[in-house]
Amino acid sequence: MSEPAPKAAADLERFPVGEMIGTVVENTAVNDGYNHLVLDAPRGAATAKAGQFFHLLCPPTGEHTPFLRRPMSIYRIDRGQGRLEFLYKIVGGGTKALATLKAGDGLNIFGPLGVGFTLEDGWKHVLMVARGVGLATLAPLAELAAERDVRVTAILSARSPEFMMSEEYLRSVGAKVITVNDADGTSNVDDVERTVRGIVEAEGVDLLATCGSNRLLLMLQCLAREYGIAGQVALEQLMGCGIGMCFVCVLPFRTPDGLAYRRVCKDGPVFPIEEALSW
Amino acid sequence: MVDMSVQIGRVSLANPVMPGSGTFGEGLDDVMDLNRLGAIVAKTITPEPREGSPLPRVVEYKDAFLGAIGIPNKGPEHFVREIASFYRQFSPPFVASISAPTVEAFGKIAADVSKPGIDILEINISCPNLEKDGKAFAMDPDATEKAIRRITECTDLPVWAKLSPNAGDAPTVAQAAEAGGAEALTVANAMVGMAIDAEAMRPRLGNITGGMTGPATKPVILFMAYQVARSVSIPVIGCGGISTAEDAIEYMLAGASAIQAGTVNFIHPAAMLDIIDGMEAYCRRKGIERVSDLTGALDDDEGMKLEQLAKSA
Ligand SMILES: Cc1cc2nc3c(=O)[nH]c(=O)nc-3n(C[C@H](O)[C@H](O)[C@H](O)COP(=O)(O)OP(=O)(O)OC[C@H]3O[C@@H](n4cnc5c(N)ncnc54)[C@H](O)[C@@H]3O)c2cc1C
Ligand SMILES: Cc1cc2nc3c(=O)[nH]c(=O)nc-3n(C[C@H](O)[C@H](O)[C@H](O)COP(=O)(O)O)c2cc1C
Repeated sequence: MSEPAPKAAADLERFPVGEMIGTVVENTAVNDGYNHLVLDAPRGAATAKAGQFFHLLCPPTGEHTPFLRRPMSIYRIDRGQGRLEFLYKIVGGGTKALATLKAGDGLNIFGPLGVGFTLEDGWKHVLMVARGVGLATLAPLAELAAERDVRVTAILSARSPEFMMSEEYLRSVGAKVITVNDADGTSNVDDVERTVRGIVEAEGVDLLATCGSNRLLLMLQCLAREYGIAGQVALEQLMGCGIGMCFVCVLPFRTPDGLAYRRVCKDGPVFPIEEALSW
Repeated sequence: MVDMSVQIGRVSLANPVMPGSGTFGEGLDDVMDLNRLGAIVAKTITPEPREGSPLPRVVEYKDAFLGAIGIPNKGPEHFVREIASFYRQFSPPFVASISAPTVEAFGKIAADVSKPGIDILEINISCPNLEKDGKAFAMDPDATEKAIRRITECTDLPVWAKLSPNAGDAPTVAQAAEAGGAEALTVANAMVGMAIDAEAMRPRLGNITGGMTGPATKPVILFMAYQVARSVSIPVIGCGGISTAEDAIEYMLAGASAIQAGTVNFIHPAAMLDIIDGMEAYCRRKGIERVSDLTGALDDDEGMKLEQLAKSA
């Protein structure tokens, strides 16, 4: 089958979403099982927002032939250099195929897509709690907050210290970073809850943001309710089209009319924390 | 200049390319100029709102999609108020797709959506018929004819019947839809299939069965379009595995007057524009003045049999 050339409308204002070829600047292992992908993609970098994602057409390899695109959160938007960065965990055919890309290769990406994080006027302090690759999704929120002079505290949770990604990067955008891990037991939910309560009570928090862990989501949901703080969670689900047409990526949510499915791609991937169910 | 317009019953389309029902949405308005499409086809709606199938809803293959979405929709009133009114800003004819569990319910929903802003009704008859033990309308010529007839009694809009590739005898169902008053036939809906996870000993789809679509299905549906086009006198709209202009042209040659692109919209969201441009370029290259001249232009003389070859040698 001959692939049609990507057709992205020239008028970015009228057609902000498009299919484009990004050029790989680097695609390197961050640690065992995680890769960091940097793409030259000026069009994408110009319009992307924190919490949005791109839908990647992973190149078929001899072994893997992913048919559908794969959603990836934007880990970093570098508007100055016209670059987009992704942090991905190698789990199956699509991400294995992605890992074969070399500097100079082209990658067909579609986006930017979805509803990202919102920072309301007057908010002064954001507390992010990220687990594993969920950090990739939350990182741009730290940068967005920094741009708006909103203080950020980030609790990063991972299996062991060598899996702790992006601590430096977050510090560089001005976030206060607290790391916890499974190896020394600091990441258990009760301890993290104590830490969060401590920060909320001592410093005041306007937004609790999370991604990557069911148990952390449940804990933060309770705290958001208890303290009356806004909460936002970025969710993931197997996805089809990425723009709300196919209704593949739905998840159940609490709504005023009871439980209802919503599309992660179009209605999210960032949702109000109180509406999310644990998965 | 190639004349790209096509005539589908009473309706003239600026070009023969439109989306398949359920594979299109307002999200595409952020991607491309929807006014370039031949028509806009909405997702199927049903008399009662539906949340859709349990999860997971998709399994992918090398070049096919197996999905069980379950027609989530908010019913006819919401459709007319919100969805149809959104699409009024665009110039292509707007096609509503309707489905229902009984002949009477088909008539009622047809009447309910025959409102300003809706130009055509496409009838999704690949759904269970509650009056016949849940056997799909499209599997059954009698039920198909009754449903389409009832709908045409309840609306003045042109009615297109969307056939199912699961029916054993496609031409008979096609003729039944024509007899019922359909102005065109969409050939076809998804092919029913299933997938099993051997490790988990579980079906891979929450709904157990799903519809297979995408490039892998093209030979089967292309033949169905060919067969149906030869057995009715109303236009056929080809739909199954079309990803490129070449695929679309094959359907036209087989007898289709227009085409719908489905799954490809999930992979290359602006693919329909490439299909339109590619069809036009093909006509120009071949010196074909009207794209409609492609319809049924297939030279289908059989290849020479060995006996004939022996004689002429
Ligand atoms: C909005 C969004 C943002 C995402 N951002 C990131 C990111 O920044 N970094 C990252 O590493 N991953 C991210 N993911 C998850 C990523 O899309 C999947 O890991 C990827 O699609 C797996 O593809 P695969 O072919 O390698 O694996 P597959 O062989 O398709 O699947 C391997 C396993 O992962 C599960 N899976 C597949 N697709 C998804 C999915 N979309 N969501 C959740 N689970 C899935 C499968 O059920 C299976 O168990 C994101 C997902 C979404 C929906
Ligand atoms: C996710 C998905 C949802 C669909 N929903 C509908 C629907 O609501 N009504 C309908 O008549 N067909 C529906 N279809 C079928 C398509 O309109 C089309 O007939 C089918 O996908 C074959 O075309 P393709 O091979 O180009 O995808 C759906 C297909 C897909 C993949």
